[in-house]
Amino acid sequence: MHLAYPAVLAVLLFCTGLYGVLARRNAILVLMSVELMLNAVNLNLVAFDVWLRDTLHAGQALTLFTIAIAAAEIGIGLAIVLLVYRNRGSSDIDRLRDLAEKPGAADGEPQPDTTAEAAA
Amino acid sequence: MTLTTTAVLVPLLPFLGAVAGLLLGRRAPGFVRPLAVLPTLAAAVLAVAVAVGQGTGPATDVATELTPTGSIPIDLALHLDGFAVLIAVLVGVVATCVQLYSTGYLRNDPRYASYAALVSLFTSAMLLVVYTGDLMMLLVGWEVMGICSYFLVGHYWETEAARAASLKAFVVTKLGDVPFLFGIFALAADAGTFRITGILGSVASGGLDHPTLIALLLLAGVAGKSAQFPLHTWLPDAMAGPTPVSALIHAATMVAAGIYVVARLLPVFAASAAALVVMAVMAALTMVGSGLAALAQDDIKRVLAYSTVGQLGYMLGALAVGDRGAAVFHLISHGAFKALLFLGAGVIIHAAGTNSLAAMSRMSGLARRIPDAYWTMTVALLALAAIPPFAGFFSKEAVLGAAEHAATGAAHGIPGAAGWTVLVSGLLTALLTAAYATRLWLRAFRGTGVEAPDHGRQPVVMNAVLWALFLPTVALGLAAPLLPEWFDGRSLAPTLTTSVLGTGIALVGGLVTYAAWRHTTALAARTPIGAVVAAPDAGPEAAEETAIATHAAVYGDNAGAADPADPGRLLLGPLQPHAAVGFHLDAVYSVLFVRPVRAAATLVRFLDREVVDTYVRGAGAAPRWLGAAVRRAQTGNVQTYLGALLAGSLVLAIAAVLVATGTGA
Repeated sequence: MHLAYPAVLAVLLFCTGLYGVLARRNAILVLMSVELMLNAVNLNLVAFDVWLRDTLHAGQALTLFTIAIAAAEIGIGLAIVLLVYRNRGSSDIDRLRDLAEKPGAADGEPQPDTTAEAAA
Repeated sequence: MTLTTTAVLVPLLPFLGAVAGLLLGRRAPGFVRPLAVLPTLAAAVLAVAVAVGQGTGPATDVATELTPTGSIPIDLALHLDGFAVLIAVLVGVVATCVQLYSTGYLRNDPRYASYAALVSLFTSAMLLVVYTGDLMMLLVGWEVMGICSYFLVGHYWETEAARAASLKAFVVTKLGDVPFLFGIFALAADAGTFRITGILGSVASGGLDHPTLIALLLLAGVAGKSAQFPLHTWLPDAMAGPTPVSALIHAATMVAAGIYVVARLLPVFAASAAALVVMAVMAALTMVGSGLAALAQDDIKRVLAYSTVGQLGYMLGALAVGDRGAAVFHLISHGAFKALLFLGAGVIIHAAGTNSLAAMSRMSGLARRIPDAYWTMTVALLALAAIPPFAGFFSKEAVLGAAEHAATGAAHGIPGAAGWTVLVSGLLTALLTAAYATRLWLRAFRGTGVEAPDHGRQPVVMNAVLWALFLPTVALGLAAPLLPEWFDGRSLAPTLTTSVLGTGIALVGGLVTYAAWRHTTALAARTPIGAVVAAPDAGPEAAEETAIATHAAVYGDNAGAADPADPGRLLLGPLQPHAAVGFHLDAVYSVLFVRPVRAAATLVRFLDREVVDTYVRGAGAAPRWLGAAVRRAQTGNVQTYLGALLAGSLVLAIAAVLVATGTGA
C-alpha cells in the first residue's frame, strides 16, 4: 500500500480533531477531538515505521506509549469535565471564563504611583 | 633628645592625646582629664625646650621625603627659627591654659571627652602649622584646624545659633581656602618646591613669575583664616561656641595661622608692591570697621571677637609694611591678653548669668563677686587699649612704628601708600579700641541696679589660669628689647612720636567713652532690660549655653540690644544700627552668594523633579500601558488562545520554510 493513503487519512483525522478542539462548545466533544488528533499521530507513526522498515519498530513502540498516555489523559479529562458539570451545571467551554481579564480589576500588585497617576 | 626629636614630639603629643581621648572617652571617663591636660602641658614644656635649644641661632631645617609625587616632592620638613619657636610656646601655653580652664568650665558637660580631644587636635594642628617647613604639611594642619573649629564652635549644637555659626565658620573659611590651595600650587609650580626655604631662596633670586597673583591668592586664604575683611564675618558668629574655644581660636590657633603664614612667606608678598597695598587696605578696612562694630555689640564675647578682628588687622598691617617682627610680637602679646580676656569673659558670663552687656550694666556688685576676673580683665583691657606699660602697648607701638617707618619712605621696597594707610587707620583704631575697651569695662563692672546673682565661687582652676595669663599680659613688654635677636633684627622698641600719639589717642578714646557713659548711665534705671539665667547650681557651660540660646529671643538680635543707656549708641550716633550688624556685610553676602545658590538649587530641583524624573516615570509607565493593552487579549476563552497559538505556529512554520528554501536556493 502506498504511503500517501495513510498519510492523507492522518491529515484528515488531524484536521477534523483540530477543528473540533477549536470550534466545539461541549467539553466532552473537545476531548474526543483531542483523541482524534492523537490517533492521527498514531497512524502516522505506524505508517512511517512500516515505510522506513525500522528494525527496532520504534514507531510502533511509541504508538503504544501514546495510547497509554491518551488513556490516562482522557481519564483525568473526563473527571475534570464531570466535576465542572457538577459545580456549574454546564460543561459548555465558552462559559468557563473565570480566567478572563476583568475590566474593573487592576493587576495583582497595586502601586501608589499607579493610583497617583490615575488621580492626576 | 635632640632638638629635632623634641620638635617632632611637640605637635605629636597633643595629637596622640586627642586620639586616645576620642577612643577612651566613653569607656574610661577617669582618664579624660589627664589625657586632655597632660599631653598639651608636655607639648608646652617641650616647646619651651625647643625655643631654648634653638635660641637665636640660625634656623634649623630637617627634612625627609614623604612621598615621591612625580613632579614636586612632598617633604616631612621642620623649619625652626625665632618666629616658629616663640609662636609654638605661645600656642602651647595658651592651649594648656584653655585645657585647664575647660576642666572647670565644662565640668558638667556630657560631651567633655570629645570636646577636650578636639581641642588637643586643634592644638596639634596649629603646632604642625608653626613648625612645618613644607607648604603641603602646612596645608594639612591648616585644614585640620578648619574642621576642628567647625566641631568646637558647634559644641552647643542643641542651639540654633551654634549650628548656624559652625556651618558659617566652615563655609567662609573654606571660601578662602580654595584660592589658598591654588596659591600654594602656583607658588610651588613657580619655585619648583613646596619647601618654604626653597621658595624663599627662589624669591630672593627673582625666580617667581607671577608674584602678584600668588600673593593675592594666598591672601584670600589668610583673610578667611585670620578673619580679615571681607571674610571676617564668621568670627563674631563663632562666639556661639564655648568660651574656652573662643579663647583658643582667637588667641593662639586658628586666626594666628593666617598671620603666621604671611610672616613666613613675607618675601613672596614683598615681591609685589600691589599685594602689599592690597594687604594694607584690607588691614585698614578691617581695623576701622571692626572697631566701630565692636562699639555697637551687646554680647560681651562679640565685642571681644570684633576686637580680635581689629588686632589681627594690626598684625596684617605690620606685615603690609614689611615688618614681620612687629606682627609676630603683636601676635604673641595679643595671644596672651586676648586669651585672658576671653577666659575672664567666661567667668563673667557664668557669674552674671548673661552674656549681654545691657543686662550686666543693670546689676551692681559684679566686680565683688569675681575679684580675680575683675582685676585680670581690667589689666587685659588696658593692654588691649595699648596703655603703657602693659604688653599691648609695646607690641602695638612696634606696629605703628613700622608703619611710620614705611610711611616716611625709610623702608626699602615698601610703598609709602601702604605705610600711610596702616599708620592712619592704626591710630584711628587705637581710638576705637580704647573706646570699646572702656565701654566693656564700664558696662560689665560698673553697673548700677539690683545686686548681681550669687552663683557661688568660681572654680579655683579657672581663676588660677587667669592669673597665669596675667603675667605675660603685664610683663611681655619687657621682652621688646630681647625679641629682635629672635626675629629679623629690626628694633621693636617704641618710637617717641607714635608712642605719644598712640597713647594720647587711646586716652582720648577712653575719656570720651567715660564721659558718654556718665551721660547715658542715668537712663539705665528708666529702661529695665535683661534676662538673667539664675541657676546657681548649674555649671558655667549651662549658663552660657542658655544665655546664647536666649539672647536673640530676649533682645531681638544676636548682636545688639535696644538700650538707650549704651554709651556706644551715643558715640556712634546714626552709625550704631549698622555697626551692630557688622555693616550689613551678611546681607551683602546673602545677596551675592546665598540667593544665587538658592536659585540654582531651585533650578536643580526643578530639573531633577520635572525632567529627570519624567524619564524615569516614563520608563515605568510605558511597559504598564503596553501590558494593559496586551491584557485585553486575555478573554478566558481557551479556544481563542488555542486558535492564536495555532495561527502563530503556522506563521512561524511558514517563515521557517521560506527562510530555509530562500537561503537554500
